[in-house]
Amino acid sequence: MMERKLKIISNIMATAVLAMFLWWAQTNLGAYHTQILNLIAVNIILALSLNLIYGFTGMFSLGHAGFMAIGAYTCSILIMTPAQKEMLFILQKAYPWVQEAGAPFVVAVVAGGLIAALVGLVVGAPLLRLGDDYLGIATLGFAEIIRVLANNIPRITNGALGFKGIPGYANIWWNFGWCLFALYFIVRIVNSNFGNTLMAIRDDEPAAKAMGINIFRYKLLSFTIGSFFAGIGGALLASLVSTIDPKMFLFTLTFNVLMIVVCGGLGSLTGSVLASIAITILLEWLRFVENPIFIGDFELKGIPGMRMVVFSLALLFIILFRREGLMGMREFRWEWLLGLFRKRGEVK
Amino acid sequence: MSWAMFVQHLLNGLTLGSLYALIAIGYTMIYGILRLINFAHSEIFMLGAYSVFWGVTLIHLPWPIAVTLGILAVAALGVLVDRVAYRPLRDAPRSSALISAIGVSFFLQNLAIVVFSAIPREVYRPTWLETVILVGDVRVLPLTLLVPVLSFLLMLGLIYIVYKTKAGLGMRAISKDIETSYTMGVPVNRIIALTFGIGSALAAASGIMWALRYPQLQPIMGIIPGFKAFIAAVVGGIGSIQGAVIGGLGLGLVEIMAVATFPELAGYRDALAFVLLIGILLIKPTGLMGVKLEDKL
Repeated sequence: MMERKLKIISNIMATAVLAMFLWWAQTNLGAYHTQILNLIAVNIILALSLNLIYGFTGMFSLGHAGFMAIGAYTCSILIMTPAQKEMLFILQKAYPWVQEAGAPFVVAVVAGGLIAALVGLVVGAPLLRLGDDYLGIATLGFAEIIRVLANNIPRITNGALGFKGIPGYANIWWNFGWCLFALYFIVRIVNSNFGNTLMAIRDDEPAAKAMGINIFRYKLLSFTIGSFFAGIGGALLASLVSTIDPKMFLFTLTFNVLMIVVCGGLGSLTGSVLASIAITILLEWLRFVENPIFIGDFELKGIPGMRMVVFSLALLFIILFRREGLMGMREFRWEWLLGLFRKRGEVK
Repeated sequence: MSWAMFVQHLLNGLTLGSLYALIAIGYTMIYGILRLINFAHSEIFMLGAYSVFWGVTLIHLPWPIAVTLGILAVAALGVLVDRVAYRPLRDAPRSSALISAIGVSFFLQNLAIVVFSAIPREVYRPTWLETVILVGDVRVLPLTLLVPVLSFLLMLGLIYIVYKTKAGLGMRAISKDIETSYTMGVPVNRIIALTFGIGSALAAASGIMWALRYPQLQPIMGIIPGFKAFIAAVVGGIGSIQGAVIGGLGLGLVEIMAVATFPELAGYRDALAFVLLIGILLIKPTGLMGVKLEDKL
């Protein structure tokens, strides 16, 4: 065991290094690369929240896109100016309370998270009684219902047109700030007694029940916390991409997050972080296969769809040859890094 | 609603429902045996539709040959998917197999975008299928009669295979207990391959009829019918073929009837299936015909 103090110092130092890197990135990287960094931060938040639900509590939930949509719409409505909304709602006027609503960015993001959590609580209460795949398909249904609702209540969501020109307050500091908060919060949960209870439920539900654990309460709490961070992620994403519409929250969005979580390793938080970084970069980097390629004077036309073909093949390779994901259930720990240095040096 | 209108909606619902049912059977058989949601199934359905478009419009094959070849090719693809993407993961955690299924689904979908392009394609339909017949006051397309009848015949064939042949006995044995089936000498991998073949062939048949009914082909056309068929399978009780048929027919009828009775609900049509699903699961957590699996202690 390593001393607690040293661990804290290492964590603070890592945060400082990250801050320095972000400082450097802010001044030296172009808009495109900054955007990728931002996406990484948001994906980390989303992956951590799904990992808490699926990886640590064992609830197969496919409802992430729904919670993200709730967070995104709530946040956008709060941060857009009344004048902007006047311009946006062209087909049908917004309800007065939607029109007048406004809040600073922090409040808007927290509101997005809280409303998502509230919905998570209300939806989770009946749904979490379902087991395994039934839960998965029911939560998928929930996300789909949210999307169809967004399409059909134009006086709140502007229907299929969605919102455009959402103020881009979500800069690199906000995103990574929230990302660190999510990481800290979820790591604390997982390492606490509460986390142990969750893992006991995941590993053997009847046994946990026999030990007198109120399974339903713990599951619901974990689900609610997960939906809170999914809402936060959605809120940040809305401000980051500046345009949202119901089509954005198709189940593909949930699958993207699920892919990150499983590739990183179910039940490994550091795995989720690493996989978020790797998959976000891979997805962006793969854009080159769809751009035209020039060989001398000869132009190979970019093929639309090729990027996802290569990506899905890469995904299949990862899962076929490393079925537990990058990290399995292990975590990156400072002891491990220290051990690496010790091996090279003298053994004390 | 007049009597004639009602019959017409009923027939439309039956057509849509039998198409759902054919896809749902594939889902339910594969889930029953492997406990795997085969997300690639909706892409198999889509490729079935495209195969005929390819055969008839591009190579100018006659209809019967194009349909037969299309179904065979798609069934072979289903077997291939199992061999490459699912068989290596039989003893892996279920989440890996699930991601593998999603990966295959993405792959096939985007491959279709690369090969066929994302532009919707029009399917050529034989004219006799489009001539309206008048039965009393009811206007019927021959297609609306043909689809349920053909589907019904296919389902009868399937039920014969599952309940009267040795291979079907194997399927039922595997879905009860895969480990014991191995020890009893059931050729598990071959039977699973056969299941994928049959399920994919039915999905392809459904895809072809879907293309005739709604003649617009797109690489993403499989997603919504695929999900609804899966819902139909879950509602009916996953693992049960009768359940899949009842769920599929029920879902098709409810969808058509609900929109016909309350036209203002049309925008919510795609959510209806999910509302129904959540409602039924809350009352009967394993679907209408499902068996309650006890927690093993």
